[in-house]
Amino acid sequence: MKNKNKNEREVVFWPGNIVVAEAAIAAGCRFFAGYPITPSSEIAHALSKRLPEVGGKFIQMEDEIAAMGALIGASLTGLKVFTATSGPGFSLKQENIGYASIIEAPCVIVNVMRGGPSTGLPTALGQSDVMQARWGTHGDRPVIALTPSYLDEVYSETIRAFNLAEMLRMPVFVLIDEVLGHLSERLEIPDPSEYELIDRPRPTVPPEEYIPYDSSQGDVPPMADYFTGYRWHTTGLNHDKTGFPTTDPKICQEEEERMERKVSSNLDKIISYDEFMTEDAEIGVVAFGSTARAAMVAVSDARDKGIKAGLLRPITLWPFPEEPARELGKKVKGIVVAEANLGQMIYEVERVAGCNGPVIGSNKVGGVPIYPGEILEKIEELV
Amino acid sequence: MHASYTKYLRMNRIPHMWCPGCGIGIIVKAMIRAFEAVDWSSDDLSLISGIGCTSRAPGYLDMHTLHTTHGRALSFATGVKFARPDKHVVVISGDGDATAIGGNHLIHACRRNIDITLIIVNNYIYGMTGGQYSPTTPVGAKAATTPWGNVDIPFNVTELAKGAGATYVARGHIASGVQLERLIRGGLNHNGFAVIEVLSNCHTQFGRRNRLADPIDLIDSISKSTVNIRQAAKMNKEELDGKNVVGLLHRDEDRMEYCEAYEQIIERAQNAQKNRGRR
Ligand SMILES: Cc1ncc(C[n+]2csc(CCOP(=O)(O)OP(=O)(O)O)c2C)c(N)n1
Ligand code: SF4
Repeated sequence: MKNKNKNEREVVFWPGNIVVAEAAIAAGCRFFAGYPITPSSEIAHALSKRLPEVGGKFIQMEDEIAAMGALIGASLTGLKVFTATSGPGFSLKQENIGYASIIEAPCVIVNVMRGGPSTGLPTALGQSDVMQARWGTHGDRPVIALTPSYLDEVYSETIRAFNLAEMLRMPVFVLIDEVLGHLSERLEIPDPSEYELIDRPRPTVPPEEYIPYDSSQGDVPPMADYFTGYRWHTTGLNHDKTGFPTTDPKICQEEEERMERKVSSNLDKIISYDEFMTEDAEIGVVAFGSTARAAMVAVSDARDKGIKAGLLRPITLWPFPEEPARELGKKVKGIVVAEANLGQMIYEVERVAGCNGPVIGSNKVGGVPIYPGEILEKIEELV
Repeated sequence: MHASYTKYLRMNRIPHMWCPGCGIGIIVKAMIRAFEAVDWSSDDLSLISGIGCTSRAPGYLDMHTLHTTHGRALSFATGVKFARPDKHVVVISGDGDATAIGGNHLIHACRRNIDITLIIVNNYIYGMTGGQYSPTTPVGAKAATTPWGNVDIPFNVTELAKGAGATYVARGHIASGVQLERLIRGGLNHNGFAVIEVLSNCHTQFGRRNRLADPIDLIDSISKSTVNIRQAAKMNKEELDGKNVVGLLHRDEDRMEYCEAYEQIIERAQNAQKNRGRR
């Protein structure tokens, strides 16, 4: 269903998973490798049709490990690449996500979260991978995870994920959930002139002078596409600037710290959040993704009852928006952290908000959304 | 040194990390001669591996080299090749890398018939991690994790590849470098998924535990276990028992290569779109 509104923006009524797929194409993605898993599969369905239409490639691999490998391989040739999955598949991808991190290969991974550990609740909502996104792969590496709440935001954040992945040469996650993946909403597709597309930095020096992990010009080294005359070595072993393995403790330390810095020194470009009625808030609420929609209603309802509640909604979940959380923590008497799990983001809120009052959870894991009334009850508990 | 070796090697990365007498060096040399014979330029060539002693080979070659995660080389290779079908992709992998942790990727790469050449260095053991048994360790053999002898039945790697749909399957061995080069060359020239198993020596981890600690003895015993395919045709089942048939074992030129098949999909999708006149 498509129409044009007066600004010549295309108006559509799509489910979230289709929004993700179309946004990926708009972002310039031309390679998808995946393995079917509910509730993400519609993304693969859509791209298997759309990618060849735009001259791109779609491949269904034998499992998520292979999908992640193929993705990195294609990224090395210079393509913008993307995969979509859900909890169990996200777990399988983790080793190669670590690989993408250490070789600094741009790639985007959308996780349409579902409930439960293991097979859990395949067809139902969960926000179960907050910590898996942060700590899922072994070792230290920076993480970016974006958590849109509305379908226009799903579109823009998917594009932003590609931009950040390319700009900082790293895997970037978009975490949505079953509800956002499957609900349909009216949205206006922004015209390409309304957003910027970013490409990875590429070398400006001739091949003989190319040093693959040269950070003399900044923490993100220029990356040469395969088959363009720049022959470089890529390894998951800790390596020095030349790309070859090293066990030199000083170099390993410096290089891992440089990778962390790609995120920590670009927080202004990465962190995005939204606040609703926080200015004079006495009770804080923190929620992301589809749960934040219920939290917004709960805050309005609380206001109707004369309770000064306010919502902080991280659109970037990792790195966590520490500053607004700290600001909120300073002014409120207590914080409700609403999330469709048994309490994951709450650890981060407790850690950074420095709130003098209690920080309590509004949690649910049965596959049904947290209702505004349930969050409201928790708000009232804190009054 | 033969000119081609220095042309394809990163001489500043040498000396290599392999044990003196290890077969991997002979295999890398045969591979380089095959690259030169088919006249592939380093700029058009990606050499990809997983993890293990064998998988350290790409570090020494001056091309687009990708040392990936254990067992996953073929998935990365599939991504590189599918993204750039006009370029050449070669994978070099140990027996554990290719047939244990990477077994699933192996059979699916065979089935897809994507134009990648896979060289499996079968040294019957996990060399790098200290000599644990692998899916190709013979029954009865000793390994770090079979101190009382192995009871696992080994894979026949070439039969596995053939059964899974590889369209070029060959077996060579460490004592016959000339034949090996020819078999690899055939794989490089083949338009489809090519598997070349190479029987090799790990005297350090396999030999030492199985009374074949001297590389010469181990290479000799590997050599004696082989029989050429032409000779094998004249032998009966009993005579072939326990023998490794070497040579080109299977070739199918008729099956469509994966990337070419997908090019047709792109064409079909784009034509349909033109006809519909949608964006
Ligand atoms: C996921 C994972 N599991 C285990 C290992 C440890 N590991 C490294 S190499 C190897 C086996 C190597 O044996 P093989 O593939 O036969 O190669 P070779 O060293 O004999 O050449 C293992 C188990 C690893 N690196 N990654
Ligand atoms: S351990 Fe075995 S496979 Fe590894 S380098 Fe030594 S001889 Fe070769």
